[in-house]
Amino acid sequence: MKILVCISKVPDTTTKISFVDNDTKFNEDKVQFIVNPYDEWYALVRALELTEKQGGTITIINVGPADNDQIIRKALAIGANDSVRIDGNSNESFYVASQIAEYAKTQGYDIVMTGKETIDYNGAEVGGMIAELMGVPYVSHASTLDVDGGKATMKRNIEGGYETVEVTGTFVVSCQKGMAEARIPNMRGIMAARTKPLTIVAPVNVAQLTSIKVFTLPPAKAAVKLISPDNVAELVNLLHTEAKVI
Amino acid sequence: MEFTENENQKMIAQMVRDFADKEIRPKMMEWDESQEFPVPVFKKLGDLGLMGVLVPTEYGGSGFGYFEYVTAIVEVAKVCGSIGLSLAAHNSLCTGHIMYFGNEEQKKKYLTKLATAEFIGAWGLTETNTGSDSARMLTVAEKDGDHYVINGAKNFITHGKSGDVAVVIVRTGAKGDSRGMSAFIIERGTPGFTSGKKENKLGMRASETTELIFQDCRVHKSQMLGQEGEGFIQAMKVLDGGRISIAALGLGIAKGAYEAAVKYSKERHQFGQPISNFQAISFKLADMATQIEAAELLIYQAADMKNRGERMTKEGAMAKYYSSEVAVRVSTEAVQIFGGYGYTKDFPVEKFYRDSKLCTIGEGTSEIQKLVIGKSILA
Repeated sequence: MKILVCISKVPDTTTKISFVDNDTKFNEDKVQFIVNPYDEWYALVRALELTEKQGGTITIINVGPADNDQIIRKALAIGANDSVRIDGNSNESFYVASQIAEYAKTQGYDIVMTGKETIDYNGAEVGGMIAELMGVPYVSHASTLDVDGGKATMKRNIEGGYETVEVTGTFVVSCQKGMAEARIPNMRGIMAARTKPLTIVAPVNVAQLTSIKVFTLPPAKAAVKLISPDNVAELVNLLHTEAKVI
Repeated sequence: MEFTENENQKMIAQMVRDFADKEIRPKMMEWDESQEFPVPVFKKLGDLGLMGVLVPTEYGGSGFGYFEYVTAIVEVAKVCGSIGLSLAAHNSLCTGHIMYFGNEEQKKKYLTKLATAEFIGAWGLTETNTGSDSARMLTVAEKDGDHYVINGAKNFITHGKSGDVAVVIVRTGAKGDSRGMSAFIIERGTPGFTSGKKENKLGMRASETTELIFQDCRVHKSQMLGQEGEGFIQAMKVLDGGRISIAALGLGIAKGAYEAAVKYSKERHQFGQPISNFQAISFKLADMATQIEAAELLIYQAADMKNRGERMTKEGAMAKYYSSEVAVRVSTEAVQIFGGYGYTKDFPVEKFYRDSKLCTIGEGTSEIQKLVIGKSILA
């Protein structure tokens, strides 16, 4: 089984978000970057579980500059076999998906896995675009994935329940909670990651279809209002007219 | 000269943080309160490769150098000093002694188990009446054919009860003669080898400290590390490396206390503003941060020399001395910044404060470090 796991570099969840260049660019100064948790915890770990049981290889793919090598090494430390970085630099989903699809088309992967979304731009677009560009089926938001011979079965979370989906042949799946348990890489994995292959591939020409005009932060939280315990009427009034929760 | 962490260190730091958040932080106050030594945590640390950080891969270890080792200890100690201490003692002392001075057979037999935490290691030098003056130890090994018969007791031994194997330095020659002592590997279960009283301590309470007792304990000569008479000299070399780990332990405690204090000072409001706005607090934090960075540089200097195989007795002692004192000063100031809350067990600085004091005492007091430094600079 040949699995391609797509990973994205995202700011650590505790990052204080700010912008530069007239609020058109995320301020990366002093930001700690991590592997997108959906890609790491669910897609990669489930891929490992499958290959550990059934044999196979896992390749990590990322589209981005050389700074991204650190998160690729982390994915290799967790257990992937080798990695590819497409040396392009864009956060646009179509650009990223096009680069991955172009590479994946020629490599004969059985499964292409992504997280359900990235925790920075939350687009949830790349997986579907890759599938379309490769001309293969796409299953989104899967919370389980089992492979038996050439047939894969996935459970999808839908409103109020689940649906079970079956796919044969190559497919793309986006993974979410339930798929696997996060793994902490061990020292041996960290040591081995240094010598596992990381191939740099030049990007193909893809037109940038969208551009970000401006980022706007939500308004700062207002100060807490304290209402005296004997003024219940005022509390109810504020909950009704200001907070609009009752 | 490079002053940045390497890629491995960054990954190890992240790995330890993830592990500590999941496995240590939620239970550490419980262990502290009841003085429980959490053996399962060390088994898990073994799975991660943290119980044999410096052990070559052919013996089941992780095969890293001192930079990565320092990072691992610092990151654990930033969360819990007790777990950091036990990790340091296991890696540097018992495991380190066998790694540096064991023969091939001993390394194959013991390092493979120690590096994976199948065995937890103890190391015995100190006795009730001989701490800093360890060369006058009273525990004696008398030769009897192919065996040695050991009698006596060792004191303040980390993992003295839960340890599966101990390296013990005992007298085989004249008292006070640095060539009159030898080191033995003794497994738990060897007749005549038991553990005694478990100490009830101020801090580092989840790290087990007990007596080791030897009553006509017969140990085969094949369990001796190196040659007869080399034990004390070996021990001093083991402590050279051990000082880096205790320095790292102190640094981790200082960083943990400092980070908690920075966070609190921004959140705590008095007189209508965060207390970090007041110079009384920001000057304290500035002092703490400066001392932490100075300690870190001393530690990495010693670690770099150790990695290159250079003699680093003075540099190791300086790192250990300075970093330990910084741990105490920084955690004391952290409690002060927290004020009344810092004195309670609801906030982490109370524990850092208690745990820090061990660093100026264990594996050579600050005074002994100054003695070592003095001897070196005046030689």
